[in-house]
Amino acid sequence: MSENTKNAAGSDKPLQKLNINGDEYLTTFTRKYENRKKWTPPNEKELVSFIPGTIRQVLIKEGDVVKANQPLIVLEAMKMMNTIYAPFDAKIKSVHMKTGDRLPKGTLMLVFE
Amino acid sequence: MALKKHILELQKKRQEVQMGGGEKAIEKQVAMGKMTARDRINTLLDENSFQEYDMFVQHDARDFDMAKKVLHGDGVVIGTGNVSGKPVCIFAQDFTVAGGSLGLMHSRKIVKIMDHALKMKVPLIGINDSGGARIQEGVNSLAGYGEIFFRNTISSGVIPQISVILGPCAGGAVYSPALTDFVFVVENISKMFITGPEVIKTVLGEEISMEDLGGARVHSEITGNAHFFAKSEQECFDQIKKLLSMIPANNKRKAVKTTPKPPKAAYKIGEIVPEDPSLPYDVRDVIKAIVDDSDFFEIMQNWAANMVIGFGRMNGETCGFVCNQPLVMAGVLDVDSSDKAARFIRYCDAFDIPIITLEDLPGYLPGVDQEHAGVIRHGAKILYAYSEATVPKLTVILRKAYGGGYIAMGSRHLRADFVFAWPTAEIAVMGPEGAANIIFRKEITEASDPNEMRRQKVQEYKEKFANPYVAASRGYIDSVIAPEETRNILLHALEVSVEKKVELPDKKHGLPPF
Repeated sequence: MSENTKNAAGSDKPLQKLNINGDEYLTTFTRKYENRKKWTPPNEKELVSFIPGTIRQVLIKEGDVVKANQPLIVLEAMKMMNTIYAPFDAKIKSVHMKTGDRLPKGTLMLVFE
Repeated sequence: MALKKHILELQKKRQEVQMGGGEKAIEKQVAMGKMTARDRINTLLDENSFQEYDMFVQHDARDFDMAKKVLHGDGVVIGTGNVSGKPVCIFAQDFTVAGGSLGLMHSRKIVKIMDHALKMKVPLIGINDSGGARIQEGVNSLAGYGEIFFRNTISSGVIPQISVILGPCAGGAVYSPALTDFVFVVENISKMFITGPEVIKTVLGEEISMEDLGGARVHSEITGNAHFFAKSEQECFDQIKKLLSMIPANNKRKAVKTTPKPPKAAYKIGEIVPEDPSLPYDVRDVIKAIVDDSDFFEIMQNWAANMVIGFGRMNGETCGFVCNQPLVMAGVLDVDSSDKAARFIRYCDAFDIPIITLEDLPGYLPGVDQEHAGVIRHGAKILYAYSEATVPKLTVILRKAYGGGYIAMGSRHLRADFVFAWPTAEIAVMGPEGAANIIFRKEITEASDPNEMRRQKVQEYKEKFANPYVAASRGYIDSVIAPEETRNILLHALEVSVEKKVELPDKKHGLPPF
C-alpha cells in the first residue's frame, strides 16, 4: 500500500461507518460532511433572523398581544431597514434581543405563545 | 554616435519601468513573502524567453490628482515566452504599482495579451496580485473587468486558461479566475473573496480573518474555487509546468507525447482492492498501477475528495481519469463530487482528451443538506457531461456500481465506448443488505428468527446479483477482465478509438443544468 492509503484528504482521519441505503461502508469523512448542519423542522412559534444585521427598533414587549401584519422589529441589514411584521395574531411569550444588538443569521429574536 | 545616445536612453527608460513601484514598494512585496511580477514571470518561464510588451503604457486618468501620478506599466506586466520550450501568453499584475489596481490601460494590456493568446492558439497564464478596481478611474475600471471576463468566456474551450492567485484577488476581479480552466493558490499568499472581512464586519457584524474567509486552504478544501494548492510560489510554478506538459496547447492539438513507460512494479493492481465491498482503499493506487510510470497528476486533491480526477498518460498519450474514491465518504456522489467530475469531463471533451472512468461507488449521499443543496440538479451535471462528451470514453467497474451511481459513472447507457468489469464488480440497484431488506421484508419480519432469515436472504441476493455477469449477459459490459489485464485492454481500447467521430444533432448549444 502506498503513502496515500493513510489518508485521502491530506489529514490523518479515522475510519468511520457510513450507511448508504442500508449497507454500511468503512471510510473517512470529509470536514464538510462532519460540519454539516443537522436538519431541524422549523418552529412557527419562533421568530428567527433571516439575515444578519443590527436591531434598530423593538416595537413590542413581553406579554403584548399583536395582530397579524403588525410591525414588531426593525432590523437593519445591508444598509436596509427591514420591518418585521407579525405572521399571525399572537401573544408575545418572550423577547430575546434589544435595540443595538448585532445578530448573526438564524438568531432567535422572539417567541410567540 | 547619436544612435548610442538613443540606446542609452532606451535602457534607462526600461530600467525605470522594471523597478515597478520603486525600491520601497518592492521591499514591502518581498517582506510579504511574495516575488515581484517580473521575477514571477522569469521564474515560471524558460530562461531568457520572456518578451515584454506595452512596457511604456501610461494611464490617462485626470480625476483625483491622478494626472500627477506616474504608474509604471500601469501596474501590470504582459508578454510572451516559453514554458518547457512551448509558447505561452502571460500577464502578471504588479502589486508594487498602485497595489496592482486595475485601471483602463491596465485592463487594455491584459486584453491585448488575451487576444494574442486566442489568435495564436497558445495557453494563457494570468498572475493575479491586485487590490481590485482602481477607484479613481470609476466605471472605466469596471469596463476593463467586463472586457476581460468576456474574453475569458470566448476563449474557454479553445485555449487553456490558467489563473495564478499570488496576492489579493477581490471583488469583481475574482470572476476572471472563476471563468478560467485551472486556478492555482499558494498558502498564506492567495486571498480571494467577493466581499472582504472589513465589509463583512461592518455590515454583518461577523469577524473573520482574510485567510479564514478566502485563503488558499479555504478555496482548495471548502469552496472548490481552486484546483491546485502549493506551499510556496516555486512549488506553484512547478505545478503549472507539470500541468502544461500534460495538456494540449489548444483544442485542435494533442498534448506532447512522451516515451511510453510501464507502471512501477510497486503498484500491484491485483492486491489493492479488497473483495469485501464495505472496505476502503485508495483508488489512486489503482490509477498508478495503470498509468505510465505510475505518474498521476491529481487535480483538486482536497476538495470533494470522494471523487478523484486528474491526468495520467497511457503509452505516452494524456488521458483524463474520473474515479470514485472509496477511502473518502465511501466514494459517494454528492453535490460537490458531481460538480467536480462534470466540469473535468467537459474539460477533457473540449480538449480532445480520452476519459477513463474507474468506478466503485455505493450511490448518492443521503441527507437533508444534500437534497436541499440541490443534489438533483448537481448530480444531473455528471449525466449531462458524460452523455455529451464525444471523446473516447472507457469505463472499468472495479467493484460496486449501485443504482443511479452505476448509470452516472460513464455507463454504456451514456455511450461509453467500452465498459469493462473486474470479477469483483457488483452491478445492482443497491447493496445486498438494503436490497434484501426490501425484497424479502415479509419473509424476514414473519420468520421465527428474523436476523437469521435476513442473513440468509442477503446471502441469496449476493450470490444472485452481486457480480458482473448479470450486466454482462445483457451486453451492458463488454468484457469481464482480470485486474492484471486492465492496462493492456485500456491501451487497446484507446488505440481502436483514435479515429472516433460522433455527430451530435445540430444545435446552438445544449442546456446543461448549471
